[in-house]
Amino acid sequence: MDFSDTPEEAEYRAHVRAWLDQNAERREPGKTFQLKYGQDGLVPLAKDWQAKKYAGGFAGITMPKEYGGQGGNQMQQVIYNQEEANYVTPRGAFEIGLGMCIPTMLTYATEEQKQRFAPPALRGEEIWCQLFSEPVAGSDVAGSKTRAVRDGDDWIINGQKIWTSGAHFCDWGIIVLRTDTSVPKHKGMSFFFLDMKSPGVEIRRIKQISGTSNFNEVFFADVRVSDSQRLGGVGEGWRVALTTLMNERLAVGQTPAPDFEEIFSLARDVELETGPAIQDASVREKLADWYVEMKGLELTQYRTITALSRGETPGPESSITKIISANKRQDIANFAMDLMDQGGVSMDERQTMAGMFQEAMLSSPSGRIAGGTDEILRNIIAERVLGLPQDIRVDKDVPFDQLPTGR
Amino acid sequence: MNFDFSDDQRMLRDQARRFLEENAKPREILEGDQPFDRGLWKKIAELGWMGAAISEEDGGIGLTHIDLCVIAEELGRSLAPVPFASSIYLGREAIAIAGSPDQKQAHLAGLCDGSKIGCLATAEGNGPLMPKNIRAEVSGGKLSGTKTPVADGDIADLAVVAARSGSDIGLFLVDLTGPGVARQPIETIDPTRSHATLTFDGAPAEQLGTLADGWRNLEATLDHAAIMLAFEQIGGAQKALEDAKDYALNRYAFGRPIASFQAIKHKLADVYMKTELARSNAYYGAWALATGAAELPVAAAAARVAGSKAFIFAAEENIQTHGGMGFTWEFDCHMYLRRAKHLALIIGGERKWKDRLVSQLEQRNAA
Ligand SMILES: Cc1cc2nc3c(=O)[nH]c(=O)nc-3n(C[C@H](O)[C@H](O)[C@H](O)COP(=O)(O)OP(=O)(O)OC[C@H]3O[C@@H](n4cnc5c(N)ncnc54)[C@H](O)[C@@H]3O)c2cc1C
Repeated sequence: MDFSDTPEEAEYRAHVRAWLDQNAERREPGKTFQLKYGQDGLVPLAKDWQAKKYAGGFAGITMPKEYGGQGGNQMQQVIYNQEEANYVTPRGAFEIGLGMCIPTMLTYATEEQKQRFAPPALRGEEIWCQLFSEPVAGSDVAGSKTRAVRDGDDWIINGQKIWTSGAHFCDWGIIVLRTDTSVPKHKGMSFFFLDMKSPGVEIRRIKQISGTSNFNEVFFADVRVSDSQRLGGVGEGWRVALTTLMNERLAVGQTPAPDFEEIFSLARDVELETGPAIQDASVREKLADWYVEMKGLELTQYRTITALSRGETPGPESSITKIISANKRQDIANFAMDLMDQGGVSMDERQTMAGMFQEAMLSSPSGRIAGGTDEILRNIIAERVLGLPQDIRVDKDVPFDQLPTGR
Repeated sequence: MNFDFSDDQRMLRDQARRFLEENAKPREILEGDQPFDRGLWKKIAELGWMGAAISEEDGGIGLTHIDLCVIAEELGRSLAPVPFASSIYLGREAIAIAGSPDQKQAHLAGLCDGSKIGCLATAEGNGPLMPKNIRAEVSGGKLSGTKTPVADGDIADLAVVAARSGSDIGLFLVDLTGPGVARQPIETIDPTRSHATLTFDGAPAEQLGTLADGWRNLEATLDHAAIMLAFEQIGGAQKALEDAKDYALNRYAFGRPIASFQAIKHKLADVYMKTELARSNAYYGAWALATGAAELPVAAAAARVAGSKAFIFAAEENIQTHGGMGFTWEFDCHMYLRRAKHLALIIGGERKWKDRLVSQLEQRNAA
């Protein structure tokens, strides 16, 4: 066991750092790009940044060279992510596409399609979204109702997806669709990719808690996709979806600030009854807990990478990351505001760290829901990691069109 | 011992609930450009609630603080977008506690009939309320300094301000419509309750109570408010729990109502337990407040800590139970979260009140 960089890793890190120094601004604690620009204005900046990364040789670090990637290893990706986190860069818009959609394409698409789609995504020219959730099917993605009916060489899509992050600025999407309602739900789905500008696609933005809107409802009215855009066999959509979801768990996503660094810095600033908050025993106890969690996640990630580098498939234990980091973010936001005391309600632009903690208080609930809720992830840990018996499933063997759905 | 409300109080609660279900529309304030609901404020004034727990000779309608607590629970439940807490639990209560007979004569009637709105201004930016954080100063009857954030500071007619005078901290009455006062509304996490920065530049300030008693009067006011705010908190927590339960019963996943998953059942059971413990602590506080029991400071701090925790937890888990829907602007879940956090900070945060609770226990044990 060795937690320090190998000579090659150290060299790679130095190379990354030198490039970042040239191309981005170093981040002071508490600064994030999102707060400066807001989500919509961020997209062109994110495209520029992705193009720069591509030119610098840092796009798709683990993806094969023939599709525009760097043919590197997971450790290099982790090193790059760690270093980029120290700079102010517009992240987000490409996370789903490059973390989930393109890897799924690389597994299931034809050679020609891989050549066509991977490079523009890596160059920051095309953005992808994930159309899985529906009004009646979120945690239960396999309950998706949106229909695709065969028509010669095409399929015709009717129905509705929801919560599609970025659909309003995306070019392409991956989608799970119901192609057979007469068989149990996992067996009647097929997987496609489609042009978000196809005739019959209507995108309506959904306003979220904070008042901004980054996710959407997407309606399909007789939308045609070619059968050549099917990924995996007819009726095998669930298996393909699981590949995507596994990539989601592997996508070594950065938890948005605030994290330990920001609360630590706040604790040094705020004066309590007996001096700086950082000297208060109750504050120190919390800081220590959050440090241990943060560091524990980082190191657990290294263990996952080690498994990967040995060619092992990391198990669902990587689900730990999202539960812990999402709850930590909510707790940190709450506690920061509590330290600010009465002043904590203010979202005024002059608020400490430009209101980052207040914003996080309003946005952190989404981390516990998006991409697998706390409850679903706990079920996964219990059933797939610990091997506890599966929850009683009333829906597994029932034909889809006979399932109860509530109001 | 009788740890429940009287029949009259139950009637008052039912009447208040029906009235607020029909008339409290926090979303209109959230999405509109008004700082509070003037129409609702007028109707509440007509119902007489603002005069509860003030004697008729002082301009109130009689009744006790327990009745006021019954009303508070319903205001919290309905997320009523009115300056009731600022004007009644804080401004009015400070004058009732610390004011001279003349000051009561001059101000209570207006606050009790809703023709005037009061508020309490203590904070000067981030950090807990403590003497060294109070820099605003009164000298020769003129106040200078900045108070922020002040709940309802933009709409109030009258503020009770904590300020320095020589080496003491005292409470002062300031006419916010008078000279030397500038007010700037500020954006906060709960737009259904307006806030402002108040800048005083030689504003005429009238001393409220003696200087020597200033800090004690301020703490007594906050203790009173803590108990009534705890009722707002349990009202809000209870409603968030009911909403979560209702949603869970009707939302299906994996072929069954999500309410049938143990993860959801245990979550809602946890919310219920926290809310009920907060309720019991709040009831005890109400009794202590109505009877002036010696336990008042301990009961107030306990009610505040339990109430803040319960409402925030209920609001967060209500969102969680709603899944993606809970994260939308359109659903009301976030309005409970915003109000929960606002209420948990308005008279000082949980950390501060835990500290006060244990200090009070130490004092009680030493006595
Ligand atoms: C900010 C944000 C961005 C998103 N982006 C995307 C996107 O880009 N693409 C996409 O396809 N989706 C996206 N989603 C959707 C997200 O994946 C779903 O919201 C999530 O999977 C939960 O589904 P749901 O909202 O239908 O909630 P539900 O599944 O209805 O869950 C409601 C509650 O029931 C609980 N529950 C459900 N089943 C069980 C069970 N078996 N055991 C115990 N508890 C259970 C849940 O944990 C939750 O508390 C996004 C969501 C958010 C909030």
